[in-house]
Amino acid sequence: MAEILLAVERLKKFFTAKRGFPNPETVTVRALDEISFMVKRGEAFGLVGESGCGKSTAGRSILRLVEPDSGRVTYAGEDILAADAARMRVLRQKMQIVFQDPYASLNPRRMIGKALAEPMLVHGLGTPTEIEERVEALLAEVGLPPDSRWRFPHEFSGGQRQRIGIARALTVGPELVVADEPVSALDVSIQSQILLLLRGLQDKHGLSFIFISHDLGVVRWFCQSIAVMYLGRIVEIGPIPGIFDEPLHPYTQMLRRSSPVPDPEIRIEPARFGGEVPSAVNPPAGCHFHTRCPHATDICRQIYPAWREVAPGRGVACHLHGS
Amino acid sequence: MSRAAAIGRRRGFSHALGELLRAFNTNVTSWIGLGIFLTIVLLAILAPVLAPYDPLEQNIVARLKGPSEQFWFGTDVYGRDILSRLLYGARVSLIIGTTATLIAMVVGSAIGILSGYVGGRVDLAIMQLMDVLMSFPTLIMGLMIVAVLGASMGNLIFAIALTAIAPFARIARAPTIAIKQRDYIEACRALGYSDLRIMAVHILPNVMAEIMVMGSLWLATSIRVEASLSFIGLGLKPPTPSWGGMVREGFEVILDNAWLSIFPSLAILLIIFALNMLGDGLRDAVDPKLRGGE
Repeated sequence: MAEILLAVERLKKFFTAKRGFPNPETVTVRALDEISFMVKRGEAFGLVGESGCGKSTAGRSILRLVEPDSGRVTYAGEDILAADAARMRVLRQKMQIVFQDPYASLNPRRMIGKALAEPMLVHGLGTPTEIEERVEALLAEVGLPPDSRWRFPHEFSGGQRQRIGIARALTVGPELVVADEPVSALDVSIQSQILLLLRGLQDKHGLSFIFISHDLGVVRWFCQSIAVMYLGRIVEIGPIPGIFDEPLHPYTQMLRRSSPVPDPEIRIEPARFGGEVPSAVNPPAGCHFHTRCPHATDICRQIYPAWREVAPGRGVACHLHGS
Repeated sequence: MSRAAAIGRRRGFSHALGELLRAFNTNVTSWIGLGIFLTIVLLAILAPVLAPYDPLEQNIVARLKGPSEQFWFGTDVYGRDILSRLLYGARVSLIIGTTATLIAMVVGSAIGILSGYVGGRVDLAIMQLMDVLMSFPTLIMGLMIVAVLGASMGNLIFAIALTAIAPFARIARAPTIAIKQRDYIEACRALGYSDLRIMAVHILPNVMAEIMVMGSLWLATSIRVEASLSFIGLGLKPPTPSWGGMVREGFEVILDNAWLSIFPSLAILLIIFALNMLGDGLRDAVDPKLRGGE
């Protein structure tokens, strides 16, 4: 079994805000409610769920772009949340992020060459000449012409910008990349190009990914393992074939059925359970999913189901699969 | 490699320049404002060459002469040539105005960006302090400081700069708050850049347009405040010529010899008008296009 690169244990992040006038009440958004998962070295780990379920917060908390309230994040045996500022600077070279919106993720006033050279200058990774060469190599690696260095972000298309974002993440030589919906802002034809690029980089550099997405098709192709999130909690974790062939949690089943299969011969029964996602401000009591679940029973409405490991690397939080 | 780098630098420079030119071209009034302002600056610089007389030289025989071929704008109570005094007075107005505005611009933007970037309680405390500063009318604040510290050029600059810091802090803070939530700032943090680098290299260039517009508008205000302080007698000591002081001197004989006040008043009017045109034009051009985006 491969080495565990990243272990997340009971990671929690609540956002509070005051709402209302003249007597504001404090509302708490449970973005992350004690989630735990593990990423193996060289693996692409998918994090899926509807929008607002906390998957982006999870990615950002792991990188400490958002400070989590409690929990543990262990990277190669080291507790990240306990690292001081100096140590964090070193750790940041190991973990990088690629953003969803390629139009917001590049500074509009920075030339690409400068944007790519800056991280290496800041971390002192080589002489100016070496850095220039490395910038050229990176551009070639993500499939952009060398003269891109002298251009500004607005001169590029969305897909090209995403390539620049990926190159920037690679400047510091990371081992783990959090890819926060890296292709969902792109055209479908461009999506496959970017995914192939990421896959190629994964193979070449032995990168590990936390791949955040709401697109099951993309996750199925790109990832080896997957965690399904619902309202700040992980409801099911497992390897890709298992989760897709035999989803255990009713929510996973629903997602599975809502995802189109590009084969007209296969008729999947449309998801029968609809309904709005309840607000993360006031998640329903008991199992958060019971309001939309066709199998909900009394116990589901009262007690949140305990996590149960059904097989090695396969777990689910659902009373249907309880003892 | 170095040649390519040089081309790259030139591109970066011309990009910024092109942006500025575009901002100007969308609004002709900015060009007119800039033209008038630069002419006044040039006249002030060339005062020793252009001025027909020594601005301090008294000529009792030729006192209170109206505009004539010999004295274009007439002479004052001491027989000093008003045109010459206007040219030299422009230097005082411009030096005090620009220095005060520049200081306020640098200090105010730094405070604003810091406040907006750090956020939370620090932001709250700083902005409340700025609100307190802003609650004093510019002239009253200048008056108090000059009255307490004395009317030297340094104190005048300090007084005017102090009143202008708060507006600059505000104008820099607002876009900072918008920009700091953008992904590219988050990317900077993920890449381990220091907060100082993020503020100076990644936020400042993106709020510069707003600050520059504010600068041109506040330059007008600074010059006006300097003139006002001089008018009420808290400006530079006579006989140094300053526009506000000249209006005051002429005020004593305004019923009989109006031109003594009229010409310096017109000069003040002209420069403020020019700067406001420049600033308004820039603001119109900068507002919709550059805010936070490409």
